Amino acid sequence: MLIRRKPDLTEADVTDPAWYARRREFLQGTAALLLTAGGLRPARAGHGGRRLDFRPRPDLAVPDALTDYTDVTTYNNFYEFGTDKASPAELAGRLTTDPWSVTVDGEVARPGTYALEDLLKPHPLEERIYRLRCVERWSMVIPWIGFPLADLITRVEPTSRAKYVAFTTLYRPEEMPGQRRHVLDWPYVEGLRMDEAMHPLTLLAVGLYGEVLPNQNGAPLRLVVPWKYGFKSIKSIVRIHFSERQPMTTWHKAAPHEYGFYANVNPEVDHPRWSQKRERRIGEFRKRKTLPFNGYAEQVAHLYAGMDLRRFF
Amino acid sequence: MDAERMARLRLLVFVAALAPALWLAWALFADRLGANPFEALTRRSGEWTLRFLLLTLLMTPLRDWTGWRWPVRLRRMLGLYAFFYGTLHLFTWLWFDQFFDWPAIVEEIVKRPFITAGMGALLILLALAATSTRGMMRRLGRRWKPLHRMVYVAVLLAVLHHFWLVKADLLWPTIYAVIAGALLGHRLWRRVRRPGRLPAATALSRS
Repeated sequence: MLIRRKPDLTEADVTDPAWYARRREFLQGTAALLLTAGGLRPARAGHGGRRLDFRPRPDLAVPDALTDYTDVTTYNNFYEFGTDKASPAELAGRLTTDPWSVTVDGEVARPGTYALEDLLKPHPLEERIYRLRCVERWSMVIPWIGFPLADLITRVEPTSRAKYVAFTTLYRPEEMPGQRRHVLDWPYVEGLRMDEAMHPLTLLAVGLYGEVLPNQNGAPLRLVVPWKYGFKSIKSIVRIHFSERQPMTTWHKAAPHEYGFYANVNPEVDHPRWSQKRERRIGEFRKRKTLPFNGYAEQVAHLYAGMDLRRFF
Repeated sequence: MDAERMARLRLLVFVAALAPALWLAWALFADRLGANPFEALTRRSGEWTLRFLLLTLLMTPLRDWTGWRWPVRLRRMLGLYAFFYGTLHLFTWLWFDQFFDWPAIVEEIVKRPFITAGMGALLILLALAATSTRGMMRRLGRRWKPLHRMVYVAVLLAVLHHFWLVKADLLWPTIYAVIAGALLGHRLWRRVRRPGRLPAATALSRS
């Protein structure tokens, strides 16, 4: 396999203005240059990523205090870059996120491989502040920038046979060192039932804190399903597949009795090795009570009416 | 090694073994433990417990391989450090993870095999630490040695505890297990090879 040694940044990248606008690596480099040269952070640049245009959605913002940007971007479960939480922030920098394309296939009227720009173009971006609850008993509050997955699904017109959507993460071991060991069955796959995917809370995110997603947070395109454990919110998506059958998902395959397909946040159903009753909000000392469906029960509980949530955990 | 050099070596090892604890305390206050510092404290103190257990178990083979006497004379201190880090580990879990919610703690110990194993290892270490003085050695006489062989059970439980708690990545639990296996294996091998003892006798009669 070819190991790319070419640096992300070359002089050639600087010259073309069209590339200039798209290369967040270059923009980050510029910001760093300004920081060192000018001795202060440019007011507009925020945290160093490319700013996005978006509409705030205060109606979809939880009132909780936001988790620090530094914590959101340095404490990550992204096993493609290693199983240590600090590894993604250290190693994801070299991931090439441009060009990027997403394959849409399966039970769908308009299948195809779409360039990311074309996929995103019709969708106005909005900011939503969601809770994120990891299955490991920690949680964050993150201002995501994205658009409803439902809007994209409607666009590609799934057939009547489409009952589930499966997502696949990029497999590129030369840039994702964690994939060189068989910790999980790569590539990472996650999935949703169609009604879950169409739910207005389900978000395809391209940014956080007003800027393009840092690589370690799943750039350039990731899922955010706020009422499910974090591992459902798959990162760096390259494929969206519609199917009649429930897809086999990565964590479920790794440990079927520990990680179910649904993975709804549920304080009443323990992980076999730990209780899910409480969680530590990152930045806080005392633990909080975990809420059913991560506090989104009012919006999503009806999706599971009549289901035994202990069996379908 | 003369008494003076041995004393200096002891002091050196004492300080070096304390260093991880001092670093953890500093890192906690300097905000160097990441986004989830209290969880990191539990994890790291647990790792140091296992490392000191393995270091303790390394001393006897080291003597056998090199003929040096000093490793065995450091064994008790290293074992006590394993107990020290284990106590720290337990305490951070009781406080920062469970907030001294005793009914919940008892439930966790009973319900989660990896916690049961870890607690078992710590109870053994407690018994060994309590009987580690010269006075206790004298008082226990011939029973002291079999009691302190329980450290083999403790290390096995600690390795198991580590294996059972990880989510998917078995690399480090495997590394620790292989080291523990080698150190325990050395003892078995030594017994088999040396005639006059029970396991050796059976091994010889079979061959």
